Amino acid sequence: MIAELVGLLVVFVLAMFVGFEVITKVPPTLHTPLMSGSNAISGITIIGALIVAGRGDSRVTSWLGLIAVIFAMINVVGGFLVTDRMLEMFKKKPGEKRS
Amino acid sequence: MNPALIKLFYLLAAVMFIVGLKRLSSPRTARSGNWVGAIGMLIAIVATALFTGILTWQMVIIGLIVGSLIGGFLAKTVKMTAMPEMVALLNGFGGGASALVAAAEFLSPTSEVGIGAPFHINLTVGLSVFVGALTFSGSLVAFLKLREWITGRAVTYPLQKTINALLVLATLTVVVGLVLRPEMGWLFAILAGLSLILGILSVIPIGGADMPVVISLLNSYSGIAAAMTGFVINNEGLVVSGALVGASGIILTQIMCKAMNRSLTNVLFGAFGATVQQIGPAGGAAAAGSKTYREITHEDCAMMLAYSKLVVVAPGYGLAVAQAQHEVRELAELLEKRGVEVKYAIHPVAGRMPGHMNVLLAEANVPYDQLLDMETINPEFDHTDVVLVIGANDVVNPAARNDTSSPIYGMPILDVDHAQNVIVLKRSMRPGFAGIDNALFYEPRTRMLFGDAKDSMKKLVAETKHVE
Repeated sequence: MIAELVGLLVVFVLAMFVGFEVITKVPPTLHTPLMSGSNAISGITIIGALIVAGRGDSRVTSWLGLIAVIFAMINVVGGFLVTDRMLEMFKKKPGEKRS
Repeated sequence: MNPALIKLFYLLAAVMFIVGLKRLSSPRTARSGNWVGAIGMLIAIVATALFTGILTWQMVIIGLIVGSLIGGFLAKTVKMTAMPEMVALLNGFGGGASALVAAAEFLSPTSEVGIGAPFHINLTVGLSVFVGALTFSGSLVAFLKLREWITGRAVTYPLQKTINALLVLATLTVVVGLVLRPEMGWLFAILAGLSLILGILSVIPIGGADMPVVISLLNSYSGIAAAMTGFVINNEGLVVSGALVGASGIILTQIMCKAMNRSLTNVLFGAFGATVQQIGPAGGAAAAGSKTYREITHEDCAMMLAYSKLVVVAPGYGLAVAQAQHEVRELAELLEKRGVEVKYAIHPVAGRMPGHMNVLLAEANVPYDQLLDMETINPEFDHTDVVLVIGANDVVNPAARNDTSSPIYGMPILDVDHAQNVIVLKRSMRPGFAGIDNALFYEPRTRMLFGDAKDSMKKLVAETKHVE
């Protein structure tokens, strides 16, 4: 049991380092889309929300699960779509050929 | 399906998130990167729905549909100027969802969490609810402040720090209590309540100008909250993704703090917005009275621009408030047709959140290769003919470099005063939002162009067309 937790801790710390490495390479121009995009990724908590909402073991937890699914899904769909909307606007000079 | 195999899907999703974030390192690949991430998320959702043994579909389906509709609506309708509010809101929903999942796990009669569970499991539940609920209420306050539905200024009251410190202590005590005596369910409600109050009280004292830091920090928290929930439900997918977002938020927070020359503790506990109000008028007004500045007409300004080699535009949020981005781009295109090189100097805190000004200019069809960050553009000012300062103030104030008594001393700035000529577009000589007088306005190389930014830009466009 405690071994499981430590295993997750190892994953957590290593993933933080991956995150630092990858994200320091994002140019300041893209920091707003980075924020909204990473925000959508934090909506991964949808996994937990789906499990809780679908277990149907008590009325209270089902309702909590429903709200959790809604919240997480706003986060996921809103985050990815708004990021796409922003990134679509980032263009090179119009009419200039792609190098 | 074997639970171990489902984890392979989560691994795939996590890898796709990392690849997606990696593709954000260039505007060329960023859009496809975002879709890689989105598909990763879709895989995670479908795998969860199909293979984790969901028994009751009603709540799952209603939730997925309602959430998608609200999220899609927000994403399609939000104005680019309102992006900070949008991100604050999304942070809040992410944090809220994580807290709710942890709560449902604790209350569920069939899960391994709660009564009878080993202490370290209940510890993760406590922390997950703490971080998630704090992110939720804090983000909502940030959202309300940014929308200006409540005052954007720093709200302070006596013993603020003491009260907040006591609240943190009380919350952590409740977490410990919950770990030792999980059968006392009411402790759980108290924990959630305290965390929500703490979120509100810790964002309330932060002034409008510091909001970019706060949004970045809440972004980080929303990731940490997701990771914590991963610990609760023993899921590596959540832990990895949450850690990525946590790291991203921390980096952005650091960048923002550095750009304002403030430490994080100073932002969180300093109530900057409140103190500057007292410093500003005293020093600023007196100085403005004794010094002289020079004005320029739109005609002369257009002439000067038209015969330049290199023009740099230094925009601030005032530009977006005046909605003059399109006029700026129009002027830039006219100048480029005459063979003038045009670049944009973007200070990290030019907008209302990290990278915000770039998005606003991209929306006005400014090509991204003309948007240069502070480190890249600063050496170029030495051979710049004209700098157009539009709606920016503190980020071009040379006092940050040489006046140790200035409240913004030490803040990195755009070295616009190194250029041959500086033209400042401004409504009047009154000090700006932060109330700090700007020495740049009185430099011999500086000319003031008074009026509404949009109006002035329109006139400049018209005049430039007439220049032979």
